[in-house]
Amino acid sequence: MEVFRKLKMYYWPYKGYFFWSIGFLLIVTAVTVVYPMILQITIDEVVIGGKYEWIPYLALGFIGIMIVKGVATFIHQYTGDLFGITSVYKLRNALYHKLQFLPFRYYDNAKTGDLMSRLTADVEGFRFFLSIGFSELIRFILLIGISFSVMFYYSISLTIVTLITLPFLAVVTFKFDKAVHPAFRSIRKSFGKLNTKVQENISGINTVKSLSREDFEIHKFNDSNGDYKDKYIFTADIWARFFPLMELLGNISVVLLLAYGGYLVMNGDLLLGELVAFYSLVWYIMWPIMNLGFIVNLFSQSKASGERLLEILDAENEIEDKPSAMSAERLQGEVEFRNVTFRYSDEDKDALYNINFYAHPGKVIGLIGSTGSGKTSLTQLMTRFYEPVDGEVKMDGINVEEYSLHSLRRNIGFVLQESFLFSSSIKANISYGKPNATMEEIIDAAKRAQAHDFIMELPDGYDTMLGERGMGLSGGQKQRIAIARAFCINPSILILDDATSAVDMETEFQIQKSLKEVMEGRTTFIIAHRISSLKHADEILVLENGHIVERGIHENLLKQNGPYQRIYDIQYRDIGRVIGSHAG
Amino acid sequence: MKKKIENKKVLSRFQYSSDDVIEKPFNWKQMLRLFSYMKPYRKDLLPFSIMMVLLNTGVKLLIPILIGVYTLDKALIEKDGKLLTILVVLITILYLINFVANFFRIKWMNMLGQSVIYDLRKHLFTHVQTLSHRFFDQRSAGSILVRIMNDINSLQELFTNGVINLLMDMILLVGIFIILFSLSPQLTLAIMIILPIMFFISTSLRRNIRRSWQVVRLKQSKLNSHLNESIQGIRITQSFTQEKENMTFFDGVNTENFESWRVASQKNAMFRPLVEITNALGTAVLIWYGASLIQNETITIGYFVSFAFYLGMFWEPISRLGMVYNQLLIGMASSERIFEFLDEKPNVDEKKDAIQLDNIIGKINFEDVEFSYDERRPALRKINLEMQAGQTVALVGHTGSGKTTIANLISRFYDPTAGKVKIDDKDLREVTLASLRNQISVVLQDTFIFSGTISDNIRFGRPDGSIEEVMEAAKAVGAHAFIENLPNGYETEVEERGNILSVGERQLLSFARALLADPRILILDEATASIDTETEVKIQKALKALLKGRTAIIIAHRLSTIRDADHIFVLDHGNIIEQGNHDELMDLQGEYYQLVKAQFNMLSAG
Repeated sequence: MEVFRKLKMYYWPYKGYFFWSIGFLLIVTAVTVVYPMILQITIDEVVIGGKYEWIPYLALGFIGIMIVKGVATFIHQYTGDLFGITSVYKLRNALYHKLQFLPFRYYDNAKTGDLMSRLTADVEGFRFFLSIGFSELIRFILLIGISFSVMFYYSISLTIVTLITLPFLAVVTFKFDKAVHPAFRSIRKSFGKLNTKVQENISGINTVKSLSREDFEIHKFNDSNGDYKDKYIFTADIWARFFPLMELLGNISVVLLLAYGGYLVMNGDLLLGELVAFYSLVWYIMWPIMNLGFIVNLFSQSKASGERLLEILDAENEIEDKPSAMSAERLQGEVEFRNVTFRYSDEDKDALYNINFYAHPGKVIGLIGSTGSGKTSLTQLMTRFYEPVDGEVKMDGINVEEYSLHSLRRNIGFVLQESFLFSSSIKANISYGKPNATMEEIIDAAKRAQAHDFIMELPDGYDTMLGERGMGLSGGQKQRIAIARAFCINPSILILDDATSAVDMETEFQIQKSLKEVMEGRTTFIIAHRISSLKHADEILVLENGHIVERGIHENLLKQNGPYQRIYDIQYRDIGRVIGSHAG
Repeated sequence: MKKKIENKKVLSRFQYSSDDVIEKPFNWKQMLRLFSYMKPYRKDLLPFSIMMVLLNTGVKLLIPILIGVYTLDKALIEKDGKLLTILVVLITILYLINFVANFFRIKWMNMLGQSVIYDLRKHLFTHVQTLSHRFFDQRSAGSILVRIMNDINSLQELFTNGVINLLMDMILLVGIFIILFSLSPQLTLAIMIILPIMFFISTSLRRNIRRSWQVVRLKQSKLNSHLNESIQGIRITQSFTQEKENMTFFDGVNTENFESWRVASQKNAMFRPLVEITNALGTAVLIWYGASLIQNETITIGYFVSFAFYLGMFWEPISRLGMVYNQLLIGMASSERIFEFLDEKPNVDEKKDAIQLDNIIGKINFEDVEFSYDERRPALRKINLEMQAGQTVALVGHTGSGKTTIANLISRFYDPTAGKVKIDDKDLREVTLASLRNQISVVLQDTFIFSGTISDNIRFGRPDGSIEEVMEAAKAVGAHAFIENLPNGYETEVEERGNILSVGERQLLSFARALLADPRILILDEATASIDTETEVKIQKALKALLKGRTAIIIAHRLSTIRDADHIFVLDHGNIIEQGNHDELMDLQGEYYQLVKAQFNMLSAG
């Protein structure tokens, strides 16, 4: 119940719907029991008792009552649904809001698949419970209660005899639920595996075909396909074992009813119509009992779903604006790191250790070092994607913590390692950070990122759709659009994190030329593996295991006989040899 | 008005497609083809299931007469205790038969349905494996996946319950009608007025409702697509501080979703009340007309009660028939999409009399080869080339010059539009695909790592390789060290796409895979990727080990590889414009010279 209390703010504002739904449920249930009673009256009073003048009233009354029931059913169901979907609408917005602002650290540890299953299956589970679960529980109690009362009213002993199978039915139902849920889970799991298998096969089809391993793949697929079939049939067998048994138990009640009820009728202790009414009433008790397992299961599942949703909603938003945060209107681009130490989590070793550097506005800083040396971490502290454990990161002389996140990041153009593009047009992707950018601004950014020419060659130019329904672009093309996207916000500080790795050298050279123009008077950080990408930097920082091991300009670093020179040798040895005698 | 325009702009911020099942009009030919998948079971599962269904239906039809006409009229009213006992025993026996029949019906019907689904999916998957590159080029992996998984699953219900229920329900309806008619024709005709209403509700209204749910599904899949994307792109969103803008978009999608739910739920909530009111109408007729028939002694109380029971039984089969009809319409859409794939012919077809290509030495010839991916743009124009066995050949040129196409033709992923591709002087169209591709390995830019262990992945090209051979291959390409550092060494499980491995490590792994397969011809698509210099050195070394002693075709970017090649082809717009070794081409001072010089200038400029 704790879970439902914590989530109260999402559904309780709509309690009106809920109460309407429950109110009309009362009417529905009451009227349901009327049907067998009318049948009884018709038989006993009208036919046997000879009160044929009642007929029109009975018939019309019956239709009238059923119309009332119909309207009540409609209102009950519709308001119940509204209760669920309105709450879930609000819950979804809250979850989305939360996810937008959770820090990088959260996403480092989260899996997209897991988050997605919470946002879809768990939200849906919760909705289902709000719409159906609550009221099913109430319906269960009402229907059984009223039916029992009516049956007792007719004949206590017949009720007891007839419902003697009830405990058995309850036991069978619970056993069935216990057996069938793991079985269903195993079907879902097997289907998931089969899905993964096929997906992998199709994604890797080039590899499969080039090594002519189709038969092997078909064989593996058949295993998974067969497993799915087996799991399904296994589950069906559980149904086959329990379901007919439940029906049989219900039928035994009918037989008992006929035998004992028939005996009572013959002795004159029970009216014939009452016997017929009993026949319907028995089922009003049997069906809910068979359903009970479902309701209990629904309840426990929605509780688990609620817990998983709360985990997202309660996740800590470590990086937030200070109450006194100020807006960084237009930064100059002066960056300073003072004794900065950083680690991703307390168990990890330092990703950065005691980093110090100062970048004048308008300078280009190059960062080089092997994978995991801390280059990316360093740049991500500037945008406050993470916060240092120790030391200060300053922009224009002020600690970045003092700025509001929004205004700080608006000044920084970040091109991340993986150039993620959204399912939208190229135009919208380039103007992602500045949705109101004019077409001229967009084209200008694309030109400077050397993307304009290839965009114009696409069938729909800037309106070409990217992403799941769109064109497949090459890695280099994606990177250039990502660079254009950063150019488009006209940043004070530009960070290129290995942003040209898939671009060929010639194009990269062109991009660098335009960088010089665009970033005139602003600060640029370039992370790269190729020396050619950053040799013109005003300062190059060479990182190793979170330490700055060398710094300086290209020419000086070459004389230091350190790691930078070694990298240079490896990369340039080839060039020297290739050009060799032909240079000039 | 302005707000509306803004709203529209916000909602078009992202756009998602939806590959959802839509219904199709009924098509006999297609349905027969679909049902032909039941053929293998026509001698066992199918007739057995039908027999059980008949038993169930029989019991269902008999019970109300036994209770109404016999128990009430004959036994109770006439106070015949013996008859009551007989009837109770008889009914008990019928219920027991029903119990047993139910058990086997559920079991066999599911077995039948699942077997058909299994066969169909196997057929589709196996067929897709034989299709050529062109097929996969034209479609996203997701859309192929949807057909193999979801479209086939949407037929599950049809084959498990639908077809057989169709039979059961028809028998049930006809049976009820015959029984009622024989009990009392007048009363039967009177209550039949509800039948057309019921049919209307179960088909038209239900279809209307289902379409609303379809809209809900579309909106939901849009919502989910966006959620998925927003999680994957969260770092970009936060970098560009677009959180608020995205929230506006999401609220729009969420509202659409809410609205579609509301509409569907409203229609849906009408369904049951309408059915019940229709039933009530039938009951009212029964009470009114039935009672007057009893009054003038045309029928008895027992008849009346039997009628009441049968009236209650009408809805179920009619409702199910409506459901099966809907399933059929969905099945039409799914099966059309499935058959579209099944009817797809492989572009690269094996000749019936194709010969086994024995161990080749690896000489490759192109004779007047032309090729185009689509009619408008030729990818290769009259290419003639010769690659000597054991040589390392580099293909150089801009993007789109035809390098990859040449490589694809050698593996016969495509057939040339004109001319011949020959290996060891044999036309590739004359040999079997397996014998050809077994002797060729392709190392792609985007190395695909399958889920499984590291050693499984290395063995992918040669599953019978021993662990010693696997390790030997890994050592030769310099992958051994990092593999040993993984938690379980060679037995470490890697997930799909190998996300615990770096780009460089994946590349080394694919080299080991190719080396273990020990092909006569190796095709290497070298990628410019983000690999740090240390790894780059390792890869260079690995490459040397890999190239030794076989014909290698390299789509080259690294200058060192090009320089070391025995022969270089320079391509431009589908033509070979220059060829020779590095020194010859440099002396020529042509296109190649310009390419090299441009790179050199870039590095030393400044």
